[in-house]
Amino acid sequence: MEEQEEIFTLADQIMANEGQYLDICRGKLLSTLFYEPSTRTRFSFEAAMLRLGGQVVGFSEPNSSSVSKGESIADTIRTVGCYADIAVIRHPKEGAPKLASKNANIPVINAGDGGHQHPTQTLTDLLTIRSLKKSINHQVIGLCGDLKFGRTAHSLVKALNKYENIRFIFISPIELTIPEYILEDLDPGSYTLTDNLDEVIDQLDILYMTRIQKERFFNEEEYLRLKGYYILTKDKLATAKEDMIVMHPLPRVDEICSDVDDDPRAVYFKQAKFGMYVRMALILKLLGGA
Amino acid sequence: MLEITGIHRGIVIDHIKAGLGYKIFKELKLQDVAYPTALIRNVHSNKLGKKDLIKIDNVIDLNLNVLGLIDPNLTITIIENGQVIEKKQIKLPETVVGILSCKNPRCITTTEHNVDTTFHLVNPQTKEYRCEFCNTRAKL
Ligand SMILES: [Zn+2]
Repeated sequence: MEEQEEIFTLADQIMANEGQYLDICRGKLLSTLFYEPSTRTRFSFEAAMLRLGGQVVGFSEPNSSSVSKGESIADTIRTVGCYADIAVIRHPKEGAPKLASKNANIPVINAGDGGHQHPTQTLTDLLTIRSLKKSINHQVIGLCGDLKFGRTAHSLVKALNKYENIRFIFISPIELTIPEYILEDLDPGSYTLTDNLDEVIDQLDILYMTRIQKERFFNEEEYLRLKGYYILTKDKLATAKEDMIVMHPLPRVDEICSDVDDDPRAVYFKQAKFGMYVRMALILKLLGGA
Repeated sequence: MLEITGIHRGIVIDHIKAGLGYKIFKELKLQDVAYPTALIRNVHSNKLGKKDLIKIDNVIDLNLNVLGLIDPNLTITIIENGQVIEKKQIKLPETVVGILSCKNPRCITTTEHNVDTTFHLVNPQTKEYRCEFCNTRAKL
């Protein structure tokens, strides 16, 4: 938590004075080890390093590398540690970044490991809230969509639960309701479950939208029927607070209509920008430049 | 009570929860050794009601971690020259490396070769261990 706050403070400083950080990582090399493709996350890390004046090498899918020849993660990271100063790893298996960091002599950042964790997404979400709502405390947040399988939603709930006076409204069809083990950690008075976005949207300070995936449903009709309830349109925003913010981890498919994009409350593209700044702060901190 | 020949030099594993004696006997591979051993089952115990007991007529290296995982309440007595020279109390190990395997099929330890599984004790009361890599609860 304290470390997290240091990263946010550093991100604030970078955003306020970007010019001062342009060269701070000159001569440093970041290695991106993507054992499964995630263009968005990889770009964000690469942009972060390049904007700090550092350089990037790596692979974006496993069959383009020694990984396809069966090299162990431990060996890969030891080798990478010989020429890079810091590594970012994305892997479909849970715990792979942990395994890498145990074998590495350089800092390793987890850029997502299966359904387990995606800490830089959570940091992005928190920095967005902190920057746009002035504080992470005292917020009413509605999480909407697939709350059963949505990893980003789970991590965000866990992270927000450490802050003061957060009220959660979980908005999802019954089939995709938030798991019991997440609710167990929350104060029972701090959350509400509903399947109706329209009924609660006027209470929210933050609306966090997530994707509903077709493959989660038994049949097409059910999917189409339910999906409609959880699509955000300009009309649905009519009763929302003027200063509510709409967030989304991206990529979106059709859960937010494009007519919402021009609304000042839509901050999901800004959120992507905060994602880059939070990664700049993290890289800088881990390289000891902060 | 069943009379067992006294041990001159060896180990007594006592207060084993009834039913677990055989598991420990096998875990220590005592069925394969040449020196005398005894597995005594369902002995009356004031503390446990019934208990199992193992006597080994030899001083061998015991992996206390493994025994602790099977039954953290058992006791170990080392005997030399017919005298008790040491009583060891078993405790649940804080960290278990190897031994257990992770039940989560999506865990990196299930596919990566040459990785020692690592579990950390998170709750001694419930004997709850969690995988260091994926945080999945281990079933003992
Ligand atoms: Zn595991």
